[in-house]
Amino acid sequence: MSGIFASLLDGLLVGCVYGLAAIGLNLIWGVMGVINLTHGAMIALGMFGLYLLFSSLAVNAYILLLPILAAGFAAGIVVYWMAVYRVVGRPALMSLLSTFAVNMMIIGIGTTLWSTSPYNVNFNLPGISLGPYTFTGNHIAAAIAAVILAGALHLFLYYTRFGRAIRAVADNRDAAELMGISSTRVLMVTFGVGSALAVASGGLIATLFPFTILSGGVYQLRSFVVTVLAGLGRPVGALFAGILLGLLEGAVTPFIAISWIPLIEFGLFVVVLVLFPRGLFGRNA
Amino acid sequence: MIFKRPFFWIVIGVSALLALLPLWGNDATLRETLILSAVAVILATNLNLMIGYTGYVNFGNVIFFGLGGYIGLYLTTVRGWHLITAALAAGLAVSLFTLLFGLAILSLRGAYFALATIGILEAVRAFVSNFAPWGKAAGLYVSFAVYQPLGGPMRAVWLAYFLVIAVFCLSLLLSLAIKNSKFGLALFAIREDEDAAVTLGVNARFYKARIFSLSAFLPAVAGALIYFKSGMIDPGEAFELTVSIEVIVMMMLGGQGSIMGAALGAALYEQLRGYLLTSPSLSHFQLVIAGGLLLVIVQFAPGGLIGWLYRLVPGARRLFE
Repeated sequence: MSGIFASLLDGLLVGCVYGLAAIGLNLIWGVMGVINLTHGAMIALGMFGLYLLFSSLAVNAYILLLPILAAGFAAGIVVYWMAVYRVVGRPALMSLLSTFAVNMMIIGIGTTLWSTSPYNVNFNLPGISLGPYTFTGNHIAAAIAAVILAGALHLFLYYTRFGRAIRAVADNRDAAELMGISSTRVLMVTFGVGSALAVASGGLIATLFPFTILSGGVYQLRSFVVTVLAGLGRPVGALFAGILLGLLEGAVTPFIAISWIPLIEFGLFVVVLVLFPRGLFGRNA
Repeated sequence: MIFKRPFFWIVIGVSALLALLPLWGNDATLRETLILSAVAVILATNLNLMIGYTGYVNFGNVIFFGLGGYIGLYLTTVRGWHLITAALAAGLAVSLFTLLFGLAILSLRGAYFALATIGILEAVRAFVSNFAPWGKAAGLYVSFAVYQPLGGPMRAVWLAYFLVIAVFCLSLLLSLAIKNSKFGLALFAIREDEDAAVTLGVNARFYKARIFSLSAFLPAVAGALIYFKSGMIDPGEAFELTVSIEVIVMMMLGGQGSIMGAALGAALYEQLRGYLLTSPSLSHFQLVIAGGLLLVIVQFAPGGLIGWLYRLVPGARRLFE
């Protein structure tokens, strides 16, 4: 009985990180209508960014999230001008393909630099013991960092002038232009923020599990599941959907073989997409 | 009439040439090169029916090929069916499967449909990885005995080659026939403006499900043939999202919506990939180069190579469409 309790608590902690990974995807999709297929590559870059910084500086891995966030923002802006600027507002196929093209390039370069063998960040915070179970400090710290970043995004979107501009462009780009908002600048910053969050979640995941350059793809797919559960344009709702997914994984892990979990997740994904296209937490039409 | 189209006779001629060329001198290397290109063309032209004609982006197109391969390999090795009946059965089974899924997810449009196909791809991969009769994650293997009724492995491989060329020919003719039919017109109407098409009396739901299922048939048959020829299949390789996207790249490279474009793009991309993979200095950069190419096409030449050619030589359009 307490086995499932531990498994659920673990799912809750990991779910926070899943949620953070999905927030960037959800923000970009909701505001600019672009499904960002560079998301997985950005997560992978975050993993390797943290790995490289940690192995050269050897300070607390969670402090290194700050330079990683800044680098992710810059990378997002580069990708925006390379691949996204020309295809915003065009058919879905165009933005899917141009972001996927950048994804291929990043993965190609990453594979050349680091091959596809696994890496891990050798950093461990002391854990907390709860009866017979010990929760590693990294899981707890990563979950806290994810919640802080999600909260910061919420404050930015709802309590700053620029956040209001982002929400205005998401609602109606033309109307926002007429009110004097430079929508290109808003979209660029949105893409930067979304990428920064993806990169940061990659950094957090790197402190939890071993990773390869291809690992980002797995978390990108999971981010799709979370985004669809949360509903579009609800970035912070994605945190709760991520926790839901983590809890679901925690709840089924003790009972079935791990290899069946993707079938459950993607089955759920397709069913929710067809039956609740606005997401489980979405507003009604 | 389709027989009056010059493109019909071009397809017949090219297919005959492809079938005869490697026979001359029993050239196995040439045969392997041609079979890869033929498969690329089969996948790209059938995907073109969904994306180019109807405007629905299918990221799960590799499912057709992989599932066809699994069913074909299962029927030939475990059940002892003949290759031709097994391939046809695989095609029918995958078409039926696609029809059922199509009826469920084709109410989604645009990016939502595209995402649902990714979800189905991952779900199918996870299912097959756990499905005991199909060997779970290890996959299926062909035992040598399977080749005996076909007159030994040598003859079996040649038989598979001729059948793939036949499927290649049928794929191009199917695209041509649909393009020149009322069915094709309905699809184009859905692509341009689905709501307007429905208002004018096009039964969009029915047409979309039909083309989705139809676009699955020949790739599934080809999958059964190819995996029979290569002798093994496993879920990681058979349901690889990257392959789906490569097929989209082929189609975009040549020009979506155009039969000749999709075929040309597929053949070219396959050659390019073969060159990059074998070139020692560039093999690591295969993805980088393919990605850069895709990026340039999407942003600056959405009509693909064929769009550029038609602008250059206006008469070519009448010959190839």
